[in-house]
Amino acid sequence: MISIKNLKAKIDGKEILQGINLEVNAGEVHAIMGPNGSGKSTLANVLTGHEKYEPTGGEVIFNGKNLLDLSPEDRAREGLFLGFQYPVEIPGVSNATFLQTAINEIHKYNNEAELTPKEFLDRMKEKAKVVGMDNSLISRSVNTGFSGGEKKKNEIFQLLMLNPKLAILDETDSGLDIDALRVVSNGVNEFRNENNAVILVTHYQRLLDYIVPDFIHVIYQGEIIKSGGKELALELEAKGYDWITNGEA
Amino acid sequence: MSVEVKKMDAVERYTASAEKIIARNKNSFLSQLQSEAKVKLSEMKFPTLKTEEWKYTNLKRLLSSELIHSSEIDEITITSDDVEKCKFNNFEHYLLVFVNGVFNEELSDYEELKNEIVISTILKAAEKDKKLIESYFSKIAVNKTAFDHLNLANFTDGLFIKIPNGKILRKPIQILYISDGKGDMTFTPFRNLFVVGENSETSIIQKYVGQDGSKYFNNISTEIFIGQNGIMNIYKVELENEDSYHINKTDVTQSRDTQFNHFNFTFGGKLIRNDINTELDGENIECTLNGLYIGNGNQHIDNNTYINHAKPHSTSNELYKGILDGSSRGVFCGKILVDRDAQLTNAYQNNNTIILSDTATVDTKPQLEIYADDVKCTHGATVGQLDETALFYILSRGIPRDKAKSMLINAFAESVVDSVKIEGLRDEINSLIYEHLNRDNVL
Repeated sequence: MISIKNLKAKIDGKEILQGINLEVNAGEVHAIMGPNGSGKSTLANVLTGHEKYEPTGGEVIFNGKNLLDLSPEDRAREGLFLGFQYPVEIPGVSNATFLQTAINEIHKYNNEAELTPKEFLDRMKEKAKVVGMDNSLISRSVNTGFSGGEKKKNEIFQLLMLNPKLAILDETDSGLDIDALRVVSNGVNEFRNENNAVILVTHYQRLLDYIVPDFIHVIYQGEIIKSGGKELALELEAKGYDWITNGEA
Repeated sequence: MSVEVKKMDAVERYTASAEKIIARNKNSFLSQLQSEAKVKLSEMKFPTLKTEEWKYTNLKRLLSSELIHSSEIDEITITSDDVEKCKFNNFEHYLLVFVNGVFNEELSDYEELKNEIVISTILKAAEKDKKLIESYFSKIAVNKTAFDHLNLANFTDGLFIKIPNGKILRKPIQILYISDGKGDMTFTPFRNLFVVGENSETSIIQKYVGQDGSKYFNNISTEIFIGQNGIMNIYKVELENEDSYHINKTDVTQSRDTQFNHFNFTFGGKLIRNDINTELDGENIECTLNGLYIGNGNQHIDNNTYINHAKPHSTSNELYKGILDGSSRGVFCGKILVDRDAQLTNAYQNNNTIILSDTATVDTKPQLEIYADDVKCTHGATVGQLDETALFYILSRGIPRDKAKSMLINAFAESVVDSVKIEGLRDEINSLIYEHLNRDNVL
């Protein structure tokens, strides 16, 4: 699905990614872990096309296309989704308007028919239920006045509504209480199937109790320095990152 | 022998114009006031870029223009179709229509209102209830600049509204001021006088619309007196045409326990200057002055506010937001004065502007003068561009850049638009924002 080869990138002139290699296939969930400032969020932002992050080397092939050549909006239309670490408030623009506009633009790009208002509303109701958001949400402005937990739930709600091919979730679990974490995880598990893939960027092993990954990668100083199966999470929890970052592994 | 023709300067021109107007005015009280104003005008100079309160607004072109007083031009024909196009339609309202400052009974629609409140032209009111007009007319207005005197000296008529004590008006009054001119600059000085009774509640929409292709100068003075515990909401919407000058002053006196909410929406006009002066003359007063200015092309939009906290225990809230595109220029000067007696005053002021192009500019000048020691006063001003992070968030959902920007424009304006209490008017304002910035409505 996505193939990242020797990806390098900088922000504000500073090289953060030093050559990332990663292969993600349909049906897989990959977790990317690592200490603060290791480059996890940078990777998420470079892949989705944030202008502040400048790719300086390597390539990314997404569904046969050179991802780095595409605008952020075209990446989304190709089936890429970023769950934001800090979702943005858009007062005055309702969730319904926002998502309907997004879905129709994605459909237009892929030469698919627009959703009818009824299809859209039905999908909205169905997906809102998954993340435990009530119907009043439909008319509320995007993230406006939402608590931290509600914002993260809304990211997962958008994920379910847009139904992308690849979801990159940037610390979607940070700052959540256990109930919210369950809801968010449940949403991601509802989303995943053999045709799509998920990259979880996280700080905390706790998330992986609820969303079981197929692979775990540890990123440090802009490189993936260790990869393994889900058992790596337990090891990380027991020993921290030091045993890897000090080169003892 | 050579004859030198000296070109009149602005003061001479407006004084000469006033002479003709005053000669025609048969009301002794008003013509007396006008004569005094004319004398004062003749002794004054118009503000220049050196005048502190006008330093960002260049009046040279306006003041060098030859003008025709609107009462001197042939009748302008405005049809009910024109009115239909000009007025706000998607909420219930009473309608009053003025064309170049002259009331048009036929185009208006306010039958029920006649039994509810006193409503007439100022001239008729002055004949009918001399005492009432004498006690309020030109009493509330602060007459300081040449524009104040030229307005009083040159006005031919205006609108008088008196809301009786205890009257709660269910529907807002929409006042449509249509301007149309012929040839040179058509000059319309106009006055509104609103006397708001105790315990009453009223909402008024003042909508200024210009017909395409005409050149005109509207000079408007609005006086509002609010009696104890009364509520007045004013929604001023300026949609003048691109060749027009609009100099507008609203003076308000609030008695104790009153609420005054003023919304100033500026879209159209070549040069617009709004002055709002409120005197908080009592305790427990609430005063809200909100504004939204949308500039495009070569527009110049200058907003000045002055709030005088004269007595204790009152609150003023001020939020002015601007979105400037093209080579437009915005100005905001907000002054708040807290008198020595006005303890426990709350005064909040904010001015935020978003610049959408490389050539648009804004000048902002907040000014607090506080003489009381137990008060809460804050002010702030920001100027910036659309938020890049927010833009990326919207783009990352597959929404095109242009629509994403439009959503953020809406998000920026929302805090002002949302404070409008008439739902249908909120929608109209949102549409006007997009229309004026040549963008598709994304809502």
